[in-house]
Amino acid sequence: MSLPDDLARAFPPDDTDTLRRLRARLATTAQAEGVLDVAYRTLDSPVGPLLLAATGRGLVRVAYLSEDHDAVLQALADRISPRVLRAPAPLDPAARQLGEYFDGARRTFDVPLDWQLAAGFRAAVLHRLADIGYGRTASYAAVAALAGNPRAVRAVGTACATNPLPVVVPCHRVVRSDGGMGGYLGGLDAKRTLLDLEARAAAEPASSPASSA
Amino acid sequence: MSKQPFEAVVAAHAGTVLRVCRALLGNAEAEDAWSETFLAALKAYPELPADANVEAWLVTIAHRKAVDVLRAAGRRATPLGQLPDAPAAPEPAGPDPDLIAAVARLPVKQRHAVAYHYLAGLPHAEVAAILGGTTAAARRAAADGIAALRRSYPDTRKGADR
Repeated sequence: MSLPDDLARAFPPDDTDTLRRLRARLATTAQAEGVLDVAYRTLDSPVGPLLLAATGRGLVRVAYLSEDHDAVLQALADRISPRVLRAPAPLDPAARQLGEYFDGARRTFDVPLDWQLAAGFRAAVLHRLADIGYGRTASYAAVAALAGNPRAVRAVGTACATNPLPVVVPCHRVVRSDGGMGGYLGGLDAKRTLLDLEARAAAEPASSPASSA
Repeated sequence: MSKQPFEAVVAAHAGTVLRVCRALLGNAEAEDAWSETFLAALKAYPELPADANVEAWLVTIAHRKAVDVLRAAGRRATPLGQLPDAPAAPEPAGPDPDLIAAVARLPVKQRHAVAYHYLAGLPHAEVAAILGGTTAAARRAAADGIAALRRSYPDTRKGADR
């Protein structure tokens, strides 16, 4: 036996409970002192775990697991700030509203959005998507016209494919004019799940959000 | 070369910084030192060069926080109290309270050198950069600390485990 081994055991590096508490405290303090530039958490949903990230201005990113959450966090560090911490509290309102949406009890979102990851014509396209009502769909061509450039159908597809705020900014409601689903950044199963969910909830207008027993 | 999200830095080094703070200060003050270290690191993180040794940087910040705590404790200490060097007696919370107490009794420089080399795993050259002085002096402080622990640590176990 050696003294350095004893030392290593006397001061274990993996005091999990304490570290969890200290990391939560760090997130709270950092937010209070205004040095947390990007807060994030994950949320389990019918379309898989979603990453939610916010700046001081609002929700800045929603990401599907298929986008690779680690890669998304790295991109946020590169494009916004490396001061990124897991900090659920700033995202509680967004998480709660998404939960209500997935329960069929919410049709629009009411949280501040930070649009800094969308620019130019793509941003113009994404801003128009809220005009497509809950439970409805619009074609890529119709959205291009709404955004002020009827011939930019392909650019609408690109804008949807790079939507930094999927689900909340409803690019899943954009489909092909021939009735086909088109693509979706979260995968076609996710798109179908969201459209089915909205169609079902829209069909029972006055349903109570409360669970049935 | 891009910089990792700070959460990844915390995930990779939280445990090392905590064990270093505990060795320097004892359990009671270690948690505050840990919190101050990571908060200061978060503030300064955007300016850290992308190729910096992140662990050595964090340990350097922890070292400064620990020195501040010890200095403040020295000012508060009553004349009949412990040596101003010694941290508050750590609670016997670790798996080996005797060894933890023996570490707490080490002279400050040896305690720091032992913590940075044996608990943080930093090479003596990095330890010297943190403590000031030469690499040889840092190596000697670590060796003296280990020798002192060996003398003072009442090894009750029979050495059968490992």
